[in-house]
Amino acid sequence: MRLINRTPGPALRVFLTLLPFALALVVYMIASEARLAANPQDRLLPSPATIGDTAVRLFTTGDRRTGRILLWHDTGASLLRLALGVGIAALAGLLSGLAIGLLPHVRAAFSPFVAVLSMIPPLAVLPILFITFGLGELSKVVLIVVGITPFLIRDMGQRVIDIPREMIVKAQTLGASSLVIALRVALPQIMPRLIQSVRLSLGPAWLFLIAAEAIASDLGLGYRIFLVRRYLAMDVILTYVIWITFLAFVMDWGLRSLSRRLYPWAGGGL
Amino acid sequence: MTKTKTLLLTSAALALSLGSAASAQEKTEFKVAWSIYVGWMPWGYLETSGIMDKWADKYGIDVEIVQINDYVESINQYTAGAFDGVSATNMDTLSIPAGSGVDTTALIVGDYSDGNDAIILKGEGGLEDLAGKPVNLVELSVSHYLLARGLDSVGLSEADLGGVINTSDADMIAAWATDDVQAVVTWNPLVSAILEQPGANRLFDSADIPGEIIDLMVVNTETLAANPDFGRALVGAWYELMEIMSSDTEEGIAARTAMAEASGTDLAGYDAQLASTEMFYAPTDAVTFASRPELPQTMVNVAEFLFDKGILGEGAPSADFVGVEYPDGSITGSAANVTFRFDTTYMQMAADGAL
Repeated sequence: MRLINRTPGPALRVFLTLLPFALALVVYMIASEARLAANPQDRLLPSPATIGDTAVRLFTTGDRRTGRILLWHDTGASLLRLALGVGIAALAGLLSGLAIGLLPHVRAAFSPFVAVLSMIPPLAVLPILFITFGLGELSKVVLIVVGITPFLIRDMGQRVIDIPREMIVKAQTLGASSLVIALRVALPQIMPRLIQSVRLSLGPAWLFLIAAEAIASDLGLGYRIFLVRRYLAMDVILTYVIWITFLAFVMDWGLRSLSRRLYPWAGGGL
Repeated sequence: MTKTKTLLLTSAALALSLGSAASAQEKTEFKVAWSIYVGWMPWGYLETSGIMDKWADKYGIDVEIVQINDYVESINQYTAGAFDGVSATNMDTLSIPAGSGVDTTALIVGDYSDGNDAIILKGEGGLEDLAGKPVNLVELSVSHYLLARGLDSVGLSEADLGGVINTSDADMIAAWATDDVQAVVTWNPLVSAILEQPGANRLFDSADIPGEIIDLMVVNTETLAANPDFGRALVGAWYELMEIMSSDTEEGIAARTAMAEASGTDLAGYDAQLASTEMFYAPTDAVTFASRPELPQTMVNVAEFLFDKGILGEGAPSADFVGVEYPDGSITGSAANVTFRFDTTYMQMAADGAL
């Protein structure tokens, strides 16, 4: 039997899924143990028990001065920025993608421009963003938008172009106007694709969010990580990293479930 | 099976490489890290000019001086064991390596900031006018300490401000240009760049608290104890360059010009920064400074500031958690947990010409 046709049984599948996680944990524990044996106060690789204690403290205990539980405030601030940024980018990507995909004039005018725009590394033009949008919430949301919108526009535009020409022609013979074709033919077909593109953009969106928060902020997950880095509080950083990973995973899973529920016909590719 | 074995071996190797800290045994190869700051530019010049190699050869060792672009990262790397020494301030040495239990010795007391760190307000006013205003700074840095000392001098506290906003030093000048920003606390060369802009008003600077923000070369205490030649080579090279640098000979000007270029300015700009830095060109001055009775009080102030901000870590029950030892053997803080030592032995050797 060829290797490509051999599939693991249910038990082996679970084992194989867990194996890399277990290996990563073991590597971490060995390394942490070795460092702590040399210096019990080592902060670089705290033991899993220390991380657990820190996590409990961060999730339940208020700040010494203000009494606020900072982790929840950080999470709230960051998620709001992320939701605004990704939401605006998704809407802009969808509308521009439809226009670029369906209207040849718009395509001629903007398609190459967006292609060039998407190559600019947003972090390199940060000072311009700051001076234009200030240092407040706006510039953080704008960085996320600037970071992921060009990709979404290009992807959406391409998906619209990929719609079989026959369908568009058929709709026209049935008397559909450009607007009706956009809303009834193109839009339903690219919605599942939009959700998938947003899922792929979440990684870069987090990256831009944390970069924006590291530069000028007084609240947020990225802010806290860069702040406590100043005294190498890796227990706090690792708790935040695990929390961010969890949030990102939940978002990804939520979007996938949403897509499967709303667009079951889009198939298993999602 | 073989695959699993390889995987396990690789993981074990990875774990060991992550887990290995700098060991204290005798060795001949050393690495020290530095980052760009007026008082630390000589480290870069020591490496490029070959003065370091000359001294290292004299003691039969090899010393590599590595520039790290991110100051905090350089200290974190040292604390993690990747370097044997690092350029750092007294405050960051106390909070990062000493607070993490890495026994650290201040081998060279290079200078103290005498105006290099400043609180700057947009428009007219005094320190009292900061009340209710947001202040942009690198939180938990010496800037934050300077702000606390400045506010203290007019009876205000951080709670009276409109908040402190953590702002990366790399983006401080761009931040100043935005309308949201009303006051910043930062260090040179950023201070000079911001003061050149219209409306920038210097409210308070480190010359108002002389001798409290001290720039050091710190090394791992165990490494130094096992390899005294490492300390001798570093100190010898440093003071040879100090003598060259402080002179107005052709060689001295060439050295300062090279350092100016490396820090992104010109000779005049660098000399202006040196003017607001109290450099200890002569080892005797450094020894005298480190032996002053004011030093323990400064370190106690710094420890209290760090504890108040929660920087000493959650494991720290009080500001006395970390012990600091001074040249005369006296200790502030916990005598059972001394991890920061001011040691003038090697600078004294340089003063005596015994290197």
